[in-house]
Amino acid sequence: MKILGYRIPAAASLLIWGVLWEIVGRSGTVFILPPLSDVLSALVELVERSSFQTAALETLESFAIGMTVAIIGGVALGFLMGRNAAANNVLGMWVNIMASAPLSSLVPVLMLLFGLGQLTIVVTVILFSIWIIALDTYAGVRHISTSLDEMAKSFSASSWQLLTKVLFWAALPEILAGIRIGLIRAVKGIVIGQLLISVVALGRLFRTFSDNFQFENFWALTLILFVFALGFSSVLGWLEHKVEYYAGSRI
Amino acid sequence: MSLATDMTDTVKTPGAIDGGNVVEVRNVTKFYDGDIHALDSVDLGFPAGQMTTLLGPSGCGKTTMLKIIAGLLEPTSGEIFVNGKQVTGPGPERAFVFQDFALLPWATVLRNVAFGLELRGDSKAEREEIGRHYIAEVGLSGFEQKYPHELSGGMRQRVGLARALAVNADVLLMDEPFSAVDEQTRRKFQEDLLHLLSAEKKSVIFVTHSIEEAVYVSDQIVLLSPRPGRIHSTIRPDIDRGISPDDIRRDKNYLDTVETIWQDLRKYLD
Ligand SMILES: Nc1ncnc2c1ncn2[C@@H]1O[C@H](COP(=O)(O)OP(=O)(O)OP(=O)(O)O)[C@@H](O)[C@H]1O
Ligand SMILES: [Mg+2]
Repeated sequence: MKILGYRIPAAASLLIWGVLWEIVGRSGTVFILPPLSDVLSALVELVERSSFQTAALETLESFAIGMTVAIIGGVALGFLMGRNAAANNVLGMWVNIMASAPLSSLVPVLMLLFGLGQLTIVVTVILFSIWIIALDTYAGVRHISTSLDEMAKSFSASSWQLLTKVLFWAALPEILAGIRIGLIRAVKGIVIGQLLISVVALGRLFRTFSDNFQFENFWALTLILFVFALGFSSVLGWLEHKVEYYAGSRI
Repeated sequence: MSLATDMTDTVKTPGAIDGGNVVEVRNVTKFYDGDIHALDSVDLGFPAGQMTTLLGPSGCGKTTMLKIIAGLLEPTSGEIFVNGKQVTGPGPERAFVFQDFALLPWATVLRNVAFGLELRGDSKAEREEIGRHYIAEVGLSGFEQKYPHELSGGMRQRVGLARALAVNADVLLMDEPFSAVDEQTRRKFQEDLLHLLSAEKKSVIFVTHSIEEAVYVSDQIVLLSPRPGRIHSTIRPDIDRGISPDDIRRDKNYLDTVETIWQDLRKYLD
């Protein structure tokens, strides 16, 4: 899906949902769902509030730190597993288990371990995304044709050159896919985490809003999170599209 | 017509470094995974400035031989000498042309052709100049900024050939370079290759399945026996390269040589 790329069908369906939301909201049948226009004005108000800005920045910052660690760690783990059979024997099973484990139940435990601070968010993001990034990277590395490997070696490439000029790029389509899925998982993890523990940052706001039945604000916040998630994943989708032309042509 | 049929004719005894051979294979044996016996004490000399073809039934160890010479595979025992010096890994005197082209799909033709130079650490200006030269040599001028997926199979292999030529190695190692290319392109490519190589004065070790191709392009043909690969015989086709490609394909010596090799190989088919 594209946001600024003018893909009309998606935009049109978004519009339909928006209109539907407004109608249902105005009819007052679902009391937790205020009209979209109220939510949007709450959104504008919310965004202008300094407490929100601090909270949003804190969350974003933790998110960025967590994703950076997860990407570097996950890609490194994936390469290690993909290029070293012994490492794969030791790590493969665990990475698979972690990638499919129901991690949400771990979030309260994290809160106990790491307290109610940003660290919890960072750890949540890493925990939710690193395994799938590692698995996708691994798949990408296994996909690389041996002749590319041999080609670089036949020109006496160093291990570092082989890694940075050949293997990384050859595995990039899968790495990007892994990052995109990892990112979505991380957003889920954060939302769940925020809701579950209502700790610092946005989580605190979430809690306040729902306690006081400020549903306009609650929805506004949810919308913002979704827009962020959508924005991130469409940027990644666009990157993936850029390397798509060769993802299929590798043997 | 003269066929030198015995390997002892053309291959010097192990131990004597002959200035005439750019590559020497001495007593090379290769086992895969301990029990697949791919090559059995092969002794072989490759004359400098000539095209030598390895020909033999499928699975007889041609690719294995070529990769050992390239330094991409380690022999179980035996030695490889290039220009009189023993080698144990890849080196700048040798360049490989791959059956599946092995191009970087994310890089332009120019970057692919210059990739060996890039790995070697040449400056951008330098490698692009050399790259453009060899792109022109293989007849791909105008395609510098294209990507491999925008090219036909034949053109991709020209990129692979230009990349191998660009590093200015003495020896080109080609593993069935035309097998993924259609028949018409293949013939044109063979002619261009012969033309190019006579100008570049390279030594070539060429692997093929096709007897016609082997006889057409080779100065020397090494017939290998089925696994474990041994040298069955060495043949030097006596063909006048001065005549046109179409005349060569009708030449009596050419046809006789093809027939002789076919008679030799067909007994392996039963
Ligand atoms: N990596 C490997 N591990 C185990 N056995 C191998 C390996 N590579 C090749 N072999 C075996 O060694 C033998 C020689 O293989 P090689 O690829 O050198 O044959 P070839 O002459 O190139 O065959 P073709 O004409 O089909 O390309 C074959 O029987 C093959 O199955
Ligand atoms: Mg082969």
